[in-house]
Amino acid sequence: MRVALFLTCVNDTLYPDTGRAVVKLLTRLGVEVDFPMAQTCCGQAHYNTGYRHQAEPLARHFSDVFGGYDAIVTPSGSCGAMVRELYPRMGERARAEGRGDGLATTLAPVVPKTYELTEFLVDVLGVTDVGAYYPHTVTYHPTCHGLRSLGLGGRPYQLLKAVKGLELKELPGAEECCGFGGTFAVKNSDVSAAMGADKVRNAASTGAEVLCAADNSCLMHIGGTMARLSTGMRPVHIAEILASTEEEPAV
Amino acid sequence: MSGTFVGMPAFPVAAKEAVGNPTLRGNLRHATHTIRAKRAKAVEEVSDWAELREAGKRIKDHTLRHLDRYLVQLEESVRAAGGTVHWAADADEANRIVTRLVQETGESEVVKVKSMATQEIGLNEALEAAGIRAYETDLAELIVQLGKDRPSHILVPAIHRNRGEIRDIFRAEMSEWGRPAPDGLTDTPAELAEAARLHLREKFLRAKVGVSGANFMVAETGTLVVVESEGNGRMCLTLPETLISVVGIEKTVPTWRDLEVFLQTLPRSSTAERMNPYTSTWTGTTDGDGPRVFHLVLLDNGRTDTLADEVGRQALRCIRCSACLNVCPVYERAGGHAYGSVYPGPIGAILSPQLRGTGSEIDASLPYASSLCGACYEVCPVAIDIPEVLVHLRERVVQGGPVVREGNRVVLKPAKGHAAERAAMRAAGWAFGRPGALRAGQRVASRSRRWHPRTLPGPGRAWSGTRELPAVPAEPFRDWWQRTQDGKGDAK
Ligand code: SF4
Repeated sequence: MRVALFLTCVNDTLYPDTGRAVVKLLTRLGVEVDFPMAQTCCGQAHYNTGYRHQAEPLARHFSDVFGGYDAIVTPSGSCGAMVRELYPRMGERARAEGRGDGLATTLAPVVPKTYELTEFLVDVLGVTDVGAYYPHTVTYHPTCHGLRSLGLGGRPYQLLKAVKGLELKELPGAEECCGFGGTFAVKNSDVSAAMGADKVRNAASTGAEVLCAADNSCLMHIGGTMARLSTGMRPVHIAEILASTEEEPAV
Repeated sequence: MSGTFVGMPAFPVAAKEAVGNPTLRGNLRHATHTIRAKRAKAVEEVSDWAELREAGKRIKDHTLRHLDRYLVQLEESVRAAGGTVHWAADADEANRIVTRLVQETGESEVVKVKSMATQEIGLNEALEAAGIRAYETDLAELIVQLGKDRPSHILVPAIHRNRGEIRDIFRAEMSEWGRPAPDGLTDTPAELAEAARLHLREKFLRAKVGVSGANFMVAETGTLVVVESEGNGRMCLTLPETLISVVGIEKTVPTWRDLEVFLQTLPRSSTAERMNPYTSTWTGTTDGDGPRVFHLVLLDNGRTDTLADEVGRQALRCIRCSACLNVCPVYERAGGHAYGSVYPGPIGAILSPQLRGTGSEIDASLPYASSLCGACYEVCPVAIDIPEVLVHLRERVVQGGPVVREGNRVVLKPAKGHAAERAAMRAAGWAFGRPGALRAGQRVASRSRRWHPRTLPGPGRAWSGTRELPAVPAEPFRDWWQRTQDGKGDAK
């Protein structure tokens, strides 16, 4: 199976540790991962801010880069949802605008082959115990696109529960949005900050050391809020927890 | 404060005030969290909820697709049953029609059962200008009216008020409008309800003209349906001699049979009840029973324009249950007033900019009043994909494009004030189209990381005012990959 890592532009630029963790984890599970250097961005920020036409070339580029792989794995629920949920919609809209089937046909091959990391582990590899070791208390925040667009459901919890040494704390109001929402965080910063503060207060009430999620964009907002509110908690991407082992523990 | 919402500031400005008001946030948080938990339970009880939701969506879509035909059928049925049908293209026309109809009765006051359509068009203000007093009879509407306030929720227009505030409003204002509040009124729910009951009873017994909305209109029989919890509506619908119902054209359903679906999904989604306490239906006029004169004013006011938009038209499926408001994290913090319309929350954010167009500051900002978390879509009993419509309307705001306004096809120009964003999006698109450019940018960011400021200027301040910025790593991932995995990877 030819598996490509779609790291996302945010992770590539700001969170390379997450990318290294995915590579380490998948390699440990016997998957040979490729990182196509030509990858850039799925176009989600453009699309969701109202620049669908600017997102189209990025989607085409994505298909060019990843079309030849059997599976595309991404450690981001929202970028995964962009490909799986919104690429087909972009194709439909282009058709409705009288531009033919071209875009839909170009994008179709990557749609069913794109998996969010926890989905790939549980559904494709069929593992829930990835042999990880992480001796910390952790609470999990299911991000909106992972939860509602991709329907990740219990997968991340199954994976975390199997981690040795990890104590999982239930997060009150887990399914409520953290308030990131891409450009929403800037365009409606007061409401976004209020949502973020509530999320952080709920997380702090669990007494966990770590708040874990499957999307660094949300973690950037939550972590930035945590630091400002001095909660002493850390945001950590789930890939980094799953990649951690007794021999090579993550901090 | 007036009852209408013209000249509202943009959503972020209006929301800022609400976010900073702890009483308001407390009231809203308590109310929405209580009802949202109850709704979830009420929905869980129904084993075929998914099918009901799908059926509701299908019935509404079918009706909307053939709305012209069903409206004609409805008009014929209402006439055959002894009613009169009026068509109103916009708010002004509807207000003129209703004012004239009331004047023809010779009366100078009317009782109203909660109707969002009449609030949408500002009917109370129009009647007042003609010297006619309109009395709201729904408890929450009464609180809003007495408090010279504006509604902030679809179902509970006074959701932003707590009991203490309501007591104060009753004590100070009731005598202005009729029977004063009883002496020594406290803030217990029973006493407040009794005060409202006594106050309203006088109105019901005196009124010769009633004004209502409707939840549904059945085309095959010309029957109108109102569902409510208090019974005040039933008094408004049966006691007056003349009844004038103002209803949006999208409230039509083809047959009685179709109600079967909505009378299950609406109460559970809105008040978390299995059934509405009062479901009233009326068909034209009947001798010796209820109003002797019945007028139906069919309101367009932007609805056919909305129908012309293939993505946005799904907003017209809305049955006004308010479930989307109660789960919305943005509504919970921003409050209903920030949406600048009688339709607040997620549905308001997609309905108002379609009914009114995106020309005003508030309407251009509403499509952004969401983090796109999708909770609204998940609870909506007619499966309106609100996030999809929001993004569609964002596109209309920033890029313009063809729309239908007042029946004419026009091409909108992009809204002003998005030039910097447009340029940034274009620049990002350019860089992302060229992996080399992206990589060069990443390297510059990494090398200069020691000099990165902790707070940002310009629009970035909105971020760094409340959140720390992430530190830029010493090496972007792709450089690490090439340095360590080279040869293993594909070096396209
Ligand atoms: S959009 Fe859906 S959830 Fe919201 S009020 Fe309308 S029917 Fe209810």
